[in-house]
Amino acid sequence: MEANTSGTGRLPAAFLTPGSSSFMDFLSEHQPELLPGRRTLPPVQGVIEAPHGTTIVAVTFPGGVVLAGDRRATMGNVIAQRDIEKVFPADEYSAVGIAGTAGLAVEMVKLFQLELEHFEKVEGAQLSLEGKANRLSTMIRSNLGMAMQGLAVVPLFAGYDVDREKGRIFSYDVTGGRSEEHGFAATGSGSIFARGAMKKLFREDLSEAEATTLVVQALYDAADDDSATGGPDVARRIYPIVTVITEDGYRRLSEDESSGIARSVLERRLEQPDGPRASLL
Amino acid sequence: MSTPFYVSPQQAMADRAEYARKGIARGRSLVVLQYADGIVFVGENPSRALHKFSEIYDRIGFAAAGKYNEYENLRIGGVRYADLRGYTYDRGDVTARGLANVYAQTLGTIFSSVGEKPYEVELVVAEVGETPEHDQIYRLPHDGSIVDEHGSVAVGGNAEQISGYLDQRHRDGMTLAEALKLAVQALSRDTNGSEREIPAERLEVAVLDRTRPQKRKFKRIEGRRLVRLLEAAGGSSEETLSGGDVE
Repeated sequence: MEANTSGTGRLPAAFLTPGSSSFMDFLSEHQPELLPGRRTLPPVQGVIEAPHGTTIVAVTFPGGVVLAGDRRATMGNVIAQRDIEKVFPADEYSAVGIAGTAGLAVEMVKLFQLELEHFEKVEGAQLSLEGKANRLSTMIRSNLGMAMQGLAVVPLFAGYDVDREKGRIFSYDVTGGRSEEHGFAATGSGSIFARGAMKKLFREDLSEAEATTLVVQALYDAADDDSATGGPDVARRIYPIVTVITEDGYRRLSEDESSGIARSVLERRLEQPDGPRASLL
Repeated sequence: MSTPFYVSPQQAMADRAEYARKGIARGRSLVVLQYADGIVFVGENPSRALHKFSEIYDRIGFAAAGKYNEYENLRIGGVRYADLRGYTYDRGDVTARGLANVYAQTLGTIFSSVGEKPYEVELVVAEVGETPEHDQIYRLPHDGSIVDEHGSVAVGGNAEQISGYLDQRHRDGMTLAEALKLAVQALSRDTNGSEREIPAERLEVAVLDRTRPQKRKFKRIEGRRLVRLLEAAGGSSEETLSGGDVE
């Protein structure tokens, strides 16, 4: 009787096997076909056309970290979506912003969120920030096959480290290599321009309000020079997504707050199109 | 070769049920109560690390009395079931009813399977709704049956007496402090009718709070917040027991 576990409606053995706190480990035991990394693409010539997300930026300030992204997804020379959301809360104290193939990235984020939540529920404690960053590394690495066919996902991970009491940023490459960034970081097609802007504007003693303005400035500069990055769209009321993570947890700025920042940046740019000037010496 | 003695199925099942009940009765009781803004779980638990209550999913909580390793296994199974279901379909498709069904099937199969010893556990699966009318509380005894409960429920050693006490005094729309006070009063009554005081640090309290802005409604109440709530309910348990809190 005990051998018949399939016909009775009881939980299959894999559900009741103690040991692992990882949802991905459980999936690979029980339903491996649901894991994104297990899929192989049929051999195809050339690049697969799929919507790509573009620019994500992050800045630390004393007491936390800001993570923001523009709203555009492109497919070749076409704007695939104007109001895509590319910054997501990973859990209460961290967030992830994604650049690269939008469909795969959204699935990766969904699984990553679940992985953190699952661990928290099973263990009754949160993973360390390093632990979370490493978990994301593994997920990107499992997507390497897809990345080599042009479907790369390159996220930026930011969180508040409750042990060290400060905001931290981790950036990744397509192979899953992870590096901690100090001060600011950017990923995606407009990242070169955004990083240049942040390099000139960043200071160690930014306030939260200044840090949120800084990321919007950087996204504006990215949109200024990179056709795949979207600037603030005043006509359609589409503004960058700005999130702040502090000791109090994750918070996404409301529509009013982010449009307020975007509009004040825009207003200054009407007088000075290249944005604020840093001193020469 | 010896012939096994014949044992009637009735006798076999009664023995297994008694075995399971005795195991459950050894554990301390716990109670689950509806209050105006959600569902509160209260139990006596000297351990800070080994929990009796746990979050299963956004709106679903779990409580268990009995043997730790067995209910811990079921709890993790439930978390895996809920997370897998939410991942394959949508977060909204994970319900307490579905989970209670799977638990009932699991417990029922184990209970009636000759090769396995019955689980010595009694579970409560609760889901907080948008309004108190949509709250769901299911009690799952060791044998795989499901009892749909309203208002309040007690499981564990002294459950019958405690639920009798709660049934008389629980009413809809209680505040969290009131519900907590009633729960502590119920738990601090011994089998022989005498009372003992349960200090705050021996209480494990958690809520499914429908007013929480986050999608995950489960929250543990510990430390200063628990002490404040107990104080807000007014006085020590001796005072309130004699006081006119009864409706």
